[in-house]
Amino acid sequence: MRKIGVATRVIALAMLGFVSLAVAQSTRQSGFDFMQPATQALQKDDTQNPAMLWVKDGQAIWAQRDGATQKSCADCHGDIKRTRGVAARYPQYSAEAKGVINLSQQINQCRTTHQQAKAWPAEDASLLGVETAIAVESRGQPLAPPAQSQLVDAQKRGEAAFDRRIGQVDLSCRDCHESLAGKRLGGNIIPQGHPTGYPIYRLEWQAVGSLQRRLRNCMTAVRSEPYPYGASELVDLEAYLANRAAGMQLESPGVRP
Amino acid sequence: MKRRIFFANSVGLMASVVVRPVAALTQSDVLTPLVNAYAAGGGVREGRVKFDIAPLVDNGNSVPVEITVDSPMTQAQHVVGIALFNEKNPQNQVAEFTLSPLAGRARVATRIRLALSQQLVAVAKMNDGSCWTHTVEVLVTIASCIEE
Amino acid sequence: MARALITVPRTAKRGEILEIRALVQHPMETGYRRSSEGDLLPRDLIRRFSCRFVESGKTDDTGVIVIAATLHAAIAANPYLSFNLRAATSGTLAFNWEGDNGFSHREQVALIVT
Repeated sequence: MRKIGVATRVIALAMLGFVSLAVAQSTRQSGFDFMQPATQALQKDDTQNPAMLWVKDGQAIWAQRDGATQKSCADCHGDIKRTRGVAARYPQYSAEAKGVINLSQQINQCRTTHQQAKAWPAEDASLLGVETAIAVESRGQPLAPPAQSQLVDAQKRGEAAFDRRIGQVDLSCRDCHESLAGKRLGGNIIPQGHPTGYPIYRLEWQAVGSLQRRLRNCMTAVRSEPYPYGASELVDLEAYLANRAAGMQLESPGVRP
Repeated sequence: MKRRIFFANSVGLMASVVVRPVAALTQSDVLTPLVNAYAAGGGVREGRVKFDIAPLVDNGNSVPVEITVDSPMTQAQHVVGIALFNEKNPQNQVAEFTLSPLAGRARVATRIRLALSQQLVAVAKMNDGSCWTHTVEVLVTIASCIEE
Repeated sequence: MARALITVPRTAKRGEILEIRALVQHPMETGYRRSSEGDLLPRDLIRRFSCRFVESGKTDDTGVIVIAATLHAAIAANPYLSFNLRAATSGTLAFNWEGDNGFSHREQVALIVT
């Protein structure tokens, strides 16, 4: 009887743990939920979402032969629709790169190794186009970082960075995007910082941009020196954010203020 | 707490844009001559035009607007043009549209930029030369997180 | 590498009033902004837009203007325009954007009216 009691307590505790986790997950909200209806309308309707122009670009590039091998993305991968779910699994560990890479780095890796073409620079319109065209195929898919020990290490480094106060303003990511999320900064609501919409069309940029651009933007805003594009520190943060948002639906291409 | 206030003030880049249309107002002296020049001698009256603008937008870089004019859009009776002017952007012209009865409805929608709190006016010119206006006032606070 | 997205129903009933949406990729640089180095960014705007309707079997230049627009710096980047068309006969809608620095982009969409 006593044994059963203990077991029951253990189960009850486990259930409690599960319940609190479930609550934490249900309180996660996309930045979409904090936007004005006018901005939400832009994202909800593909005929109005300017990011669809980048998607169209990327779809065209997907079929174009390039580089010394004169191969297209489609020559190896087939129809772009077959990439469904792919964008939801980045960043991930790449044996070829011997490290954790994000989707844009994967695209450039394909370019340099399989097409033998020059890598696109960070935030290049073609790179963002292909990335956005791949991401849109995973719309509605849950973010699903793969179980890889190297990725877990990157997530841990990213979490440490998320908690580290930086810049003259001396704030960590968590200070704003968890402790103060949902509160107002000026007239804006501070979002929880989930990377569910990337690449995004940001009204401030008047163009599509990557998560790294947004992260660098935050770092500048707290008066710290941002890491350069492609830095492993940024990829680690991306890996942590993807894990923190695991299970949330990808909504690329998002529109944000 | 003090640090937070410092952040809000010093970073200060993060704010929103509030657009608040106000009915019945005195048209700015900047807009009136622009409207009269567009009317080119045709009578200018308030009415028949509806200037729709989102009551609250996240960023002044992209503010959705829709202008509809009460007109049957027939050969005999239609809107020939719609002009939009702003009071305080660096340039007062926003757009001028030419319409034909083929449109079937006198309506245009677009997205505009607003730098400051100001008045906006939509003028519709009818095929009989008469002009109709709707003036709105919008409140714009500093645009959000500026990229440096 | 300008791209445009045109939204028009493929088919329509005679007399029906359709909604047309046209979105084009363009920065609409105002000429009033400065770069991070303090240099004035030169103006680069789309200045003119038109949508003409060309009846089936007719040549392009017989098209009738549905709507035309002169755009200024206050139009948001990647200009979006939405307007209407009363479907009368089958034909082609011809879209044309022109702007600074020789910018020109054309699109055509067929419309079948029953």
